[in-house]
Amino acid sequence: MRPVFRLLSTELIERIISEARDILCNLGMEIHNDGILSMLSDHGASVDSGKKHVVFTADIIDKALKTAPDSVKLDDVMGRQTHDLTDHNVYFTPGSAAINILDPRSGEIRKPSTADYVEYAMLISRLDNIASQSTAFIPADVHEKISDSYRLFLSLLYCEKPVVTGAFTIDAFNVMKDLQLAIRGSADELRKKPLTIFSCCPTAPLKWSDVTSQNLVDCAKYFIPVEYISMPLSGFMAPVTLVGSLVQHTAETLSGVVLSQLTQPGTPIIYGGSPAAFDIRYETTPMGAVETQMIDCAYNEIGKYLNLPTQAYIALSDAKQLDAQAGLETSMGATLAALSGINSISGPGMLDFESCQSLEKLVVDNEICGMTLRLIRGIEPKEDFPAIPIFEELLKEKHLLIADHTRKYLRDEHYFPGTVIDRANSSRWKEEGSLTIGDRAKLEIERLLDTWEPTGLSDDVLAEMTVMMKEEAAKFGMDSLPHENL
Amino acid sequence: MELLNQISFNLQNGFDETVVELTKEAVKKQIPPKEILNNGLIAGMNVVGAKFKNHEIFLPDVLLAARAMNGAMEVLKPLLIKDGIPIKGKIVIGSVKDDLHDIGKNLVAILLKGAGFEVIDLGNDVPAEKFIRVAIEENAHVIGMSALLTTTMPVMKKVVDMAKDEGLSGKVRIIVGGAPVSKEYALEIGADAYSYDGANAVETVEGFFAEGS
Repeated sequence: MRPVFRLLSTELIERIISEARDILCNLGMEIHNDGILSMLSDHGASVDSGKKHVVFTADIIDKALKTAPDSVKLDDVMGRQTHDLTDHNVYFTPGSAAINILDPRSGEIRKPSTADYVEYAMLISRLDNIASQSTAFIPADVHEKISDSYRLFLSLLYCEKPVVTGAFTIDAFNVMKDLQLAIRGSADELRKKPLTIFSCCPTAPLKWSDVTSQNLVDCAKYFIPVEYISMPLSGFMAPVTLVGSLVQHTAETLSGVVLSQLTQPGTPIIYGGSPAAFDIRYETTPMGAVETQMIDCAYNEIGKYLNLPTQAYIALSDAKQLDAQAGLETSMGATLAALSGINSISGPGMLDFESCQSLEKLVVDNEICGMTLRLIRGIEPKEDFPAIPIFEELLKEKHLLIADHTRKYLRDEHYFPGTVIDRANSSRWKEEGSLTIGDRAKLEIERLLDTWEPTGLSDDVLAEMTVMMKEEAAKFGMDSLPHENL
Repeated sequence: MELLNQISFNLQNGFDETVVELTKEAVKKQIPPKEILNNGLIAGMNVVGAKFKNHEIFLPDVLLAARAMNGAMEVLKPLLIKDGIPIKGKIVIGSVKDDLHDIGKNLVAILLKGAGFEVIDLGNDVPAEKFIRVAIEENAHVIGMSALLTTTMPVMKKVVDMAKDEGLSGKVRIIVGGAPVSKEYALEIGADAYSYDGANAVETVEGFFAEGS
């Protein structure tokens, strides 16, 4: 039996959805994009273009929910399917878009460079329990106008896993889409084998900016999957109660579903988010707070009720270092998320309120993910009944270390974490240098980077992508790209 | 040589019957037993040991390889003795008096055997005198003792002291292990070495012989 964790009753889910729909159909939303306002108007919504305001109708919400697919599949750079975001399937992806990195060698928190990004992408390619990469931080050594497309470019160059990403401007979408077309060969192939998920964020409360709403529409045109990242802050930019925050999250996310599905019926979408409790003592948005994680798990139940794939920023921490807080918050989030069946679980590697990525933490989190993935496979009998024969064997042989039953099920029944998780006895631990988890993580990073292998992309495709990226960089006065000098 | 590589490969994969067959074939083809041992069996066990240490394979894989090694040794041992080739080393092993825990000790014995040593397992609840007597009778190179209780650990000191009295110091090395035992305790009682687990015990014993040669 797959273990499942639930927080909401069906009655409560239905009431939250109904209240959210009432908000959209009475209070409406601000959408700062004339094209979208006009499209909504064409579908019967009441639009005030001067105030950039729209009031939805029950009809367009129903229509959108009807055409939204219940599964999103992803393929890696080489065209192999890696994800089927549906039902209670679970996949981990690193937390994304940090502005800092925790330097694995000096321990300093600093702005990341292209060299850091390349190491990150290489490392992700070697972490088995993290199924996709995200454009996890923003290289500070390129023009800010290409910092979004350049990180996608680097990801596609150094790691084959699908990418969770996003554009910072309307124009950047074009090259980000073209890079994917270069890999797939045609728009039709890209539609059949999606390679990326774009995060598109409404602004709390109840607002879409020009850029994010346009990104959403542009993705829909190419059937590029989108995850909506609604961010209610309980007690600040959202009601203080978890139910109140859920109503807001539902309204904002449903509006995204409408925008995508009216643009392109059937375009793949993901019911995501990054809500947070608001800590009024520090004026911060703790991602490791249990209430944040509860809102995440609860909106996932709402998404499932609506038959939509789900996502959340949940397996992460607000600690500044790889310390006990980093471990406990990440583990709690990852465990709850996996038990809830959040399909795409974002967070590994992330510290400091989604603002700092850490390679050491990624290596440790990879083990958290591994243990969590084991947990949700649950407990199933495997040639355990009748029980007498195996116990006869045990009594006869005195141990079962090399029994057929052991050999058959050892690796399936037990997850064996890598060396970052300390399972040595204390004598061995001392003899091997009394290493802390940070020390072991640093060694593991070096080991994994040393054994990295280039992706299977052809030279022609790489050359085509490089030309695209260089043309984009040239628009902003850069005549070379930093990765070429590594 | 292809046949020896095959022995090594099959041993690494724990195919004991094949390893025994291939060893017999090698003997038939007049390959010197010492060469079969060193370039086939021990070469394979070295790969297994390195992979185990690196977490690439697990204990059951090591034990299966050890089982294959033992099977092949049954074939080779008489020939090695006939050729006057000394066996790798003889170890007397047991859990000390009043200690009935022998899981860890058994594991160490299996792994030592797998590494090509001759192991005389005295079982559990072994009195100090018996360790000494058997070691002398059998011309053993090593005495290995295990204790799982703080109350039985003093037997280890007794064996070390008796070995000294019998003039075995320098001839018979003494290695100790078990959950309450530590490196510090081993030093304190005058034992030659301490091991924290089975694989480490094999490494330590290998170390004795490397020093010796």
